[in-house]
Amino acid sequence: MQGMMINRAKELLRDGTVNRVLGWQAGEFVYDITPAVFETEEELDEGFVYNGFCGNNLSKYLVKETLKEGKILVFLKPCDTYSFNQLLTEHRIDREKVYVVGIPCEGKTSGEMLKSKGISGITGISEDGDNFIVDTVYGQTTIAKADALEERCKTCKSKKHVAYDELIGEDGEVLDSHRFDMVAKLEAMTPDERFAFWRGQLSKCIRCNACRNVCPACTCEQCVFDNPKSGIAQKAAADSFEENMFHIIRAFHVAGRCTDCGECSRVCPQNIPLHLLNRKFIKDIDELYGDYQAGAEVGTRAPLTNYTQDDVEPSIVYHREGK
Amino acid sequence: MLKISLDKLGSLFDAIAEKEALYIPADKAGQPQYMRYQTGMQMTEALNTVRSAKDFFFPQTENLVNFKVSGKTIEIIDPRTEQEDFVVFGVRGCDVRSFSILDKVFLVDPIDTYYENRRKHGTIVSMACTRPSETCFCHTFGIDAAEPEGDAVCWKTEDALYIKANTEKGEALIEKIRPMLEESDDSAVEAQKAATREILGKLPLANFSTEKFGGDVLLKAFNSEKWASLSEACLGCGTCTFVCPTCQCYDIRDYDTGHGIQRFRCWDSCMYSDFTLMAGGQPRLTQKERFRQRFMHKLVYFPANNNGEYGCVGCGRCLSKCPISMNIVKVAKSLEGDL
Amino acid sequence: MNTEALIPKIGVVTKITQETPDVKTFQVVGLDGKKVFEHKPGQCAMLSVPGVGEGMFSITSSPTNKEYMEFSIKKCGCVTSWLHAMEPGQQITIRGPYGNGFPVDTDFLGKDLLVIAGGIGLAPVRSVINYCRDNHEKYGSIQVIYGSRSKDDLVKYKEIIDEWENDPNMIVNLTIDREQEGWDGHVGFVPNYVKELNPDTSKTVIMCGPPVMIKFSLAGLKELGFKETQVYTTFELRMKCGIGKCGRCNIGNKYVCKDGPVFRFDQMDELPNEY
Repeated sequence: MQGMMINRAKELLRDGTVNRVLGWQAGEFVYDITPAVFETEEELDEGFVYNGFCGNNLSKYLVKETLKEGKILVFLKPCDTYSFNQLLTEHRIDREKVYVVGIPCEGKTSGEMLKSKGISGITGISEDGDNFIVDTVYGQTTIAKADALEERCKTCKSKKHVAYDELIGEDGEVLDSHRFDMVAKLEAMTPDERFAFWRGQLSKCIRCNACRNVCPACTCEQCVFDNPKSGIAQKAAADSFEENMFHIIRAFHVAGRCTDCGECSRVCPQNIPLHLLNRKFIKDIDELYGDYQAGAEVGTRAPLTNYTQDDVEPSIVYHREGK
Repeated sequence: MLKISLDKLGSLFDAIAEKEALYIPADKAGQPQYMRYQTGMQMTEALNTVRSAKDFFFPQTENLVNFKVSGKTIEIIDPRTEQEDFVVFGVRGCDVRSFSILDKVFLVDPIDTYYENRRKHGTIVSMACTRPSETCFCHTFGIDAAEPEGDAVCWKTEDALYIKANTEKGEALIEKIRPMLEESDDSAVEAQKAATREILGKLPLANFSTEKFGGDVLLKAFNSEKWASLSEACLGCGTCTFVCPTCQCYDIRDYDTGHGIQRFRCWDSCMYSDFTLMAGGQPRLTQKERFRQRFMHKLVYFPANNNGEYGCVGCGRCLSKCPISMNIVKVAKSLEGDL
Repeated sequence: MNTEALIPKIGVVTKITQETPDVKTFQVVGLDGKKVFEHKPGQCAMLSVPGVGEGMFSITSSPTNKEYMEFSIKKCGCVTSWLHAMEPGQQITIRGPYGNGFPVDTDFLGKDLLVIAGGIGLAPVRSVINYCRDNHEKYGSIQVIYGSRSKDDLVKYKEIIDEWENDPNMIVNLTIDREQEGWDGHVGFVPNYVKELNPDTSKTVIMCGPPVMIKFSLAGLKELGFKETQVYTTFELRMKCGIGKCGRCNIGNKYVCKDGPVFRFDQMDELPNEY
């Protein structure tokens, strides 16, 4: 796949369709991959990589990249294309300046994921069918890819590209992923249990803002949390409850626009399952307004920005007993 | 050398905790972090905590001074209370070294008395590493993970914990728990040290060096063209800064509680766009300049002011936590060629 | 140095003078009616309004003023807006002094001084001007080239006319950017005026003003034969602690709050161009 991508990128550079390529660059340890813009064929040969560790969703980079001169080639995985469409809907990307090549994805893992399985001292990783073979300074280990998948990939919502100019490989289908199972579990808890769950998780927050800065739905020129006049701009928790407010407010701000790409949970240095907050909103929107997937199409009016007389009343929260 | 059998570790912790506050690295909601010890709490199996140990001396948020404002008058209230003595147990060699780097900031004139107070009351018990990770490069900065610094140092083997004092504070701590410890020869510790050092030599970053940044390279490094591509994907978040044991930039802000004003300080990051923003202008306009500041500070500016000591301890946290996997090792390796 | 460096003292604003449409001068004393602390010319103080924030300001008055400190402050952000809105008698908090100040006890001794200032840039250098006037036996002559957008934007205009222009040891050259009714003085930008006046190259130069003025004035001085080693300026960067720890005003291996704010231009050549 990587070879095909590099070849296609070179062709598109050569025939002038694009003047640069947004992809992933290899790092020190196989797994530490960095999003990068490649401008020449030599740069592509030197550093371009596509493997099971290329988790970064590249669509948000297009906000700044499409402000520059010329057209850029971007490689998007199926779930990234939802973010891409959502950004188009919000007029944050200039579609004329992007050439989208859809690429297949079998789910991604990460160095952190391998380490959470007790694998340490990694010196090399190779793929062998359904397994990763990991060389470490402590010997060789094999781990099933399925076990090493990130949470968002275990509950992948779609292998289908919803936006592209061309595809490499076969397109997939929208999946029935059981992605709301954990939300349902949380809903089934008592309010006290639920509160304890979220306090336990959110109290780990270090307010690094990685979740916000990586989020394709967070593209405000100036975030409310960076506005000293907002009264909520404190960088660190002024009291222990503040980090809760940060995440809850953020979840509200992206509600109805979040495509569930899962970048927030991927980048969280404290492994807070932030995607669950967003999924709660998505699940509620599905239940209250009918199934809606942000980013599935460009230009759709989202339920939360589209008033109809059938909309639920605010009392719905009471009728659902606070869930 | 003194030792205690591992099955008595809990009672050792109980004994320390009875006399002063004890913090150990333990797992909370799946994440290793320092927590105040309570009976039954287990030490984490993880190599290191996500947040570094700098919190103990330079907490993420801390109240500096309170004000009561009424009409045109202001009353200043010092909110500090007497700091209690505390013990931090199980600090890795990299994090122990970070304290001496922070000292070079906070304990030089004018001394930061908030930090100084905590330093005086804290006893550091370090723990030798046995399973370093590929992201470790503490040896680059002359740190011996097999025998870390600290007021006292511990080695954990299959069945026992060995402990040795390095300072008066360490001796005082051991004195308090002396009855629980037994004399031992140091053969098990020596064997562990040898094994760990062998692994350290095999790590991918075993030969990583920042030597090239030691000389007169300030403007050369600053003006390198590499910064543009290195910083290209940077999200401008503060993850690297906040997990870093040596990052110490802070902000001072006022918080209106409704009953008065709390002036608190909190960690800040040079990676943030508002770090140098003034009403009258912004000297670091893009993420490139902010990104460059962080690495220049650690690799060039800090050593220039501190006899060549780098502002990094090689703990590897930024290597594993950066959302885009950009870090000091990649930066140093990339810039090397330009120096 | 105060060991509780981050805990401020109370200051009382005893007098507020409107200097220009957007600059006011504040007189500050301690609760006991005396100066809160002594300082050197060119040093700064951290003033704050609790609940609004802290800000670093140069001390405009000379250390030879034994009664009070003065701060000439332009309204441009949150803290300055609040300061501009308050009335005499208001308490604020104050801590300092911070920074190195001008080398009045070493490099400036016996020298003829040339002060070049633009707009609010007069605030930090007024301290050194008045200090040298009050100790005139230790210094040579003082020439001041000061410009502003208009006559109304000249800070400390009354003091300049009444005192500086009548000081036999001083030459004052004022200029404004554009023609204005009631102004029969020089019209034009400061850097051009400096070249026109062609000052003696033996003078030691102190410069403060907007970056563009600094840039072109320095170039002009060099054309006239001045060396970077005889030109001083004072910096302004965002600061929080004032004691070289919070990291905000770090340029290269220097902290402007502690190692500056006064730098000589040859020293700045060794620093990254990030100010």
